[in-house]
Parts: sequence; C-alpha cells; structure tokens
Amino acid sequence: MSVLSSRHLLGLEGVPKKDIELILDTTETFSEVIERTIKKVPTLRGLTVLNLFYEASTRTRTSFELAAKRLSADIVNFSPSGSSVKKGESLRDTVHTLEANKIDMVVVRHSSSGVPYYLTQCMDANIINAGDGTHEHPTQGLLDMYTIKRKFGKLAGLRVVLVGDVKHSRVVRSNIWGLKTMGASVALCGPSTLLPYDVSRFGCDLYTNLDEALEGADVVNVMRIQLERQQSGLFPSQREYTALWGVNKERLKRMNKDYIVMHPGPMNRGVEITSDVADCERSVIREQVTNGQAVRMAVLYLLSGRRADEGGE
Amino acid sequence: MPDFPKSMVITGGRVIDPAIGFGSDAHLFIENGKIARIAADSPAVRKEIRALKGYQVIDATDKMVVPGLIDIHVHLREPGREDEETVESGCRAAAAGGFTSICCMPNTTPRIDNQETVKFVQDRAKNACARVYVVGAITKNIAGEELSEIGDLVKMGAVAITDDGHYVQNPEIMRRALEYSRMFDIPVMQHAEDQFLVAGGVMNESFESTRLGLKGAPAVAEEIAVLRDIALCRITGARLHIQHLTCKEAVQAIRKAKADGVNITCEVTPHHLVLNDLEIGKSFNTNLRVNPPIRTEEDRLALIEGLVDGTIDCIASDHAPHSAEEKDAEFDKAPSGMIGLETSLALLKTHIIDKGYLDWADAIRKMTVNPARILNLPGGTLEIGMPADITIIDPEKKWTVKESLFQSKSTNSPFIGWKVSSKVWKTVLGGTIVFEAD
Repeated sequence: MSVLSSRHLLGLEGVPKKDIELILDTTETFSEVIERTIKKVPTLRGLTVLNLFYEASTRTRTSFELAAKRLSADIVNFSPSGSSVKKGESLRDTVHTLEANKIDMVVVRHSSSGVPYYLTQCMDANIINAGDGTHEHPTQGLLDMYTIKRKFGKLAGLRVVLVGDVKHSRVVRSNIWGLKTMGASVALCGPSTLLPYDVSRFGCDLYTNLDEALEGADVVNVMRIQLERQQSGLFPSQREYTALWGVNKERLKRMNKDYIVMHPGPMNRGVEITSDVADCERSVIREQVTNGQAVRMAVLYLLSGRRADEGGE
Repeated sequence: MPDFPKSMVITGGRVIDPAIGFGSDAHLFIENGKIARIAADSPAVRKEIRALKGYQVIDATDKMVVPGLIDIHVHLREPGREDEETVESGCRAAAAGGFTSICCMPNTTPRIDNQETVKFVQDRAKNACARVYVVGAITKNIAGEELSEIGDLVKMGAVAITDDGHYVQNPEIMRRALEYSRMFDIPVMQHAEDQFLVAGGVMNESFESTRLGLKGAPAVAEEIAVLRDIALCRITGARLHIQHLTCKEAVQAIRKAKADGVNITCEVTPHHLVLNDLEIGKSFNTNLRVNPPIRTEEDRLALIEGLVDGTIDCIASDHAPHSAEEKDAEFDKAPSGMIGLETSLALLKTHIIDKGYLDWADAIRKMTVNPARILNLPGGTLEIGMPADITIIDPEKKWTVKESLFQSKSTNSPFIGWKVSSKVWKTVLGGTIVFEAD
C-alpha cells in the first residue's frame, strides 16, 4: 500500500513529489464519489476528526466537514468564540482538553504561523494545516494543483502566475512549493511592497507588471487583496491597485490559448478580478471548491493510514 | 553579602587579569575580603601558604582564576514580575554563571524612573550573592516623552540610563538625554531599533521570515537608529552605549564612528554570537524569540569580526526571564527574551574561544574590565586592594545545559540540551564563596 512519508500535513514545502502524486491520484478516486447519488463511503468509520478553527473560515471549514462526513468519520467543530479560549485558556490547555476527548485527527486553522507544528509537539493526533498565519495552506495548494492537472492533464512545464498580495498569502506559499516540486514554472506578480523580503529565493519569476507576467501563461491564480493592506500603507488606493493588478478580460489576451483563471476565494469582485472574468468559461473557481472536497477526502484518508476496504467490515 | 569576608588563598590556578596584564600560574591572596597579593609559584611561597593560619585555602590547580565577571545588561523583573525572577534569584543565577556584578534594567513594574524604585532594588540586593548596579530610565515611565529626574537617579546610585526595550524614538528627546547625562558622566544606553520599522516584527526580516510567513523586523531599523545616535553623540560629546548589537551594518557604523573619535561603546549578547535565524523554522521554539532578533549567518560572522577587532567592547547577556506559561504559546504571541546569565561563559568558550576567534584573555577582558570601564564600575580587576570578586573556572569541563541546573526562576533558554565546554567552579564575592559547582 502506498503511504505518505509524514503522518501530518503541515505544509507543502519539502513534501516529496511522490507524496503529492499519491494525493492527487487518490483525489481522482474521491472525485468520483462526490459525483455519485450516495456521496458516502465507510472508509473512516469510527474515526474522530476535529475541525479546530481559531480564525474565521466558512469555505475551508465546510469543505473539511463535508469531506470527513463523506468518509463516514465523525467530525466536531471547535471555534474559539463561545469557548474557554475567550476566558484566557492557553493553546496547550485547550488542545489537551480536546485530546482528552479522544480525537484522531485535527484540522487546524490559526492566525499564527507555526501552530500546526506546535500541535504535533503536544498531541498524538494527525495534524492537518488548514492555514497558519501567512505561512502555508497546503490543502489549498493541493486543490489548486489538482484543478490545474484536471484541465491540462499535467503540471510539469506549465506556466502559472500567482498575482496579488504575495507577502501575506499562505495560499501563494503552498502553491509555490507544490508547483515547483511538480515541475511547473511559477511567476509571482504584485506591487513591490507586497512582494516579501528576499522573495527571489523562492526561485520564481518576479513581476510587478501584470501584462508582462501574463504573457504566455497557462494559469492565472488571483489572490484576494485585503483592504487593511492599503490602510497600512502598502499601496496607495484600491483604485490604483485595480488599475495596475486587477485581472480583466483585456489582460487575459496575453495568455496561452487554453488558459484558465483561478481564485481561492472569497473574491472582491471589481477589485482584484472583474466579474466577467470570474464568471467566464475559462474560470475554474467553482471547480476549485468541488475539488477542494475531494482533495481533503484524499488527505484525511491517506493520513489516517487506513486501507480503502477497512471501514466496510 | 552572606558572610563576613574571610581571608583566603587560591592556590595553583592560572590567574588571568587583562586589566593588569597578568596571565600565568600564581597564588592569589585575599585578606579581609580584598585582593592582597598575587604571588608567582616558588618553594618559599608554598611554604608560606602551608604555614598560614586562619586562611581558607582553595586548591585551584588546573582551574582558571579571573576577576569576577560583569554583565551590564540584566533584567531582574523585580518589582513587578517576581514570578519570573527576583533580585535574589537573579543574583543566584549571576553567581552560578560566574558574574559578581550585574546591571539591572529599568523596565520593571513600576519602572525604575525614580529614587524610590532605585532604592527598593538596592535594598533587595543587600544580601544577594552579586553586586547589583541599577540603571535608571531615560524617560519617565519609559514612554519616550519627558526626561526622568536623571540627577535624582544618579544621586541615588544609578550608574547609567536606558529605556531598554524601547528606542528613544524622538531625536530631540535623545539629544537632550545625551546633553543632560554629560553633567553626571554617565553613559546613555540605547536599545537601537527604529520603532516604526520594526512594528509588529517577531523575527529577523530575511528569506526565513518570508518563508515562514512571520513578520520581519529588519536590520536596517538598527542601522538607522545607530547612525542617528552616532550623529547625536558627536554633537553632544556625551557617552553613548549601544546595547545588544545584532547586524553587520551597525558594526560597520560603530567601527567608523570609533575611528572618527566618537565617544561610543557597544555590547553583543552570546545568543547573537552563536545563533542565526535558520534555527527558528526548525522548531518555532519561542525561546528563540528575542528583541532585537537573531539575524543571519552573515550578521553573526560580522558580530564576531567586530568582537575580535575591538569594535564591540563587551559581552552582555540581556538575561530576560519569562514565565513558562507565557513562552508556551504561538511564536508571534510569546514575549521576547531569553535567559543568559548561566550560559554566557560556556557559550563564549565553546563557540568563540574554541573556534579560535578570541583567546581567553581577550574574552575575559570583554566580560570584566571593559564593561567595568563603560559604566565606571569598581571591580573587573584583581588589582591589590580591590574587593575580592573572583570567578574560578573549570575551563575544559564538558556539560549539557539542562533546565534543572538553572538557578534563575525562569528557564526560557533555547540552549537547553546543548553540549558545551567550560563551567564556573566557584564564585567569590568580596572574599566569600557565593557559588560552588556540585
């Protein structure tokens, strides 16, 4: 049986190619399950998954929740509002309390980089990073890669442009590591104030001019721009941002003929992406959401160490 | 001091005192708590020692006997955070690390910006096992807005002023602090980091902060702060001391300023000399979160170069105790600081002396006479008549840093588990042994 080289998924940096291939291949199988009338398999029956979301999230949390349910795992949601975290309980104590409830796998989202690693040090469960600070968001990286692979039949040799707030984006970081491991060529584009220090060491092509970045590209993945970045002086106005880095129909003409448009959501329509682009036939934004579920099923399944036939006994 | 000072003779050790240029095997005589004589070995001296009555004789064969070490950058946390450290426990940690004199920083609660708090700390230190010199705040409540009553602080015994932890951001206030301090001949110690540039930073800005998605505090914040203060120091003629230097550009700026005759001194911590920012991503160990941050390998090597060529005058630990509860947190939510008193010497020996950067005499100079001169402290030498503050070192003793070995009330050290060489064997304060290794 094929297994992953780690029992946790903390990020895509350093994850070997064969692991990514295994996850993407397994996702294929679960994509079929989602298309069935009865969208459920018994694979993870009896396993308890905890959705530990310290940061607001609807999409990712729901996606993991559905993924776990379709695998017949029990899933509980925990978010800090209304819990003892608000009463000043430390992360470690919260986690110990939760673990005393016999949790097998933890899906964690937190505003601080490194929290998923921290959890591996203080509990036995498999840890899945669902976004930590501005560090990584590996399942988003995987679902983006899966979506691209479905369209093009491959990843190697493709040219992928990640545009927007590179500095504060964990999605960008996971995409960079994963895509580079799989042999794609990655370009980063955004205002120079949103390209982080020493960014060239990621080994990507760097652009501040979006038109140049899109020239000959196969994929453009548009990152959400947050208004607070403007408030902290990283660019002068939303208007100027849209003028220089907003993705519109005109700009897409520079891309290769089979190009696709992606966005991890939630979108600011009319800011980083125009509505006609978001809704055009080349947009795979909705497929990303569906694929996200299948990818998360694959990740839960592979990390659990179970065999496909096990839960059905 | 715990006991009435006795007379003592420390025999057979290698006595090193850079202040008087001494460095050979000798016998050290202490009378009434003061250094009485350093005698080269001879049959006559041995006979004399055998005949001594009422002397405590310490056989320091194969040991190194040096002036009591001095650390001019220590946080004792009292008053305010006695759960993390007290004057008493901090002094025990100092003695265990071979330090007989320490300078405590004013960022306690309340701040040491008035005579009463200076007096409080001095009183708490009366029976402690190290000499505590108080550093007062430059500005009231360390708010950077109005000068403290510096004259009052000095009158009560403050040996310097600093807003440590905070850069005096307003150049007008800093200029006045320097001018005003001149009247009292005390140095102004500056935590040199432009607060706007480092706002929110939790580690060095580098590819590591980019990779880890942690907010970076750039080295240029230190460079700018140092350059501004060099200029202010030049026009005021005051004594400026830059605390915990961390980056290459700041070393270069100070090297040039010294060559230009500016009255500036500076310190470096052992952790900035031995760690680089690649460590953080390996474990997100919050004990690696310090302010100013651990920088790149290039910076680390520049610090060593500055230490070797004399640009950097002294070693100071920036001993900063924090409770285990507060450090056991998300990396970006943990407080900054690590303890250092009990690992300074061993880290310096293992990573600076053994690597051939400094010899023992130069290393001891940077932990004794140099810091003493910066702050006009008595001590730092074995000169006849000086109080017998002496550190006896087992120079090649191998040991592993363990949480259970710390005398400090806090254990926030990233060096736990490190194998090091050189251990303090005995610490003597005013002729009384205040620490002995097991």
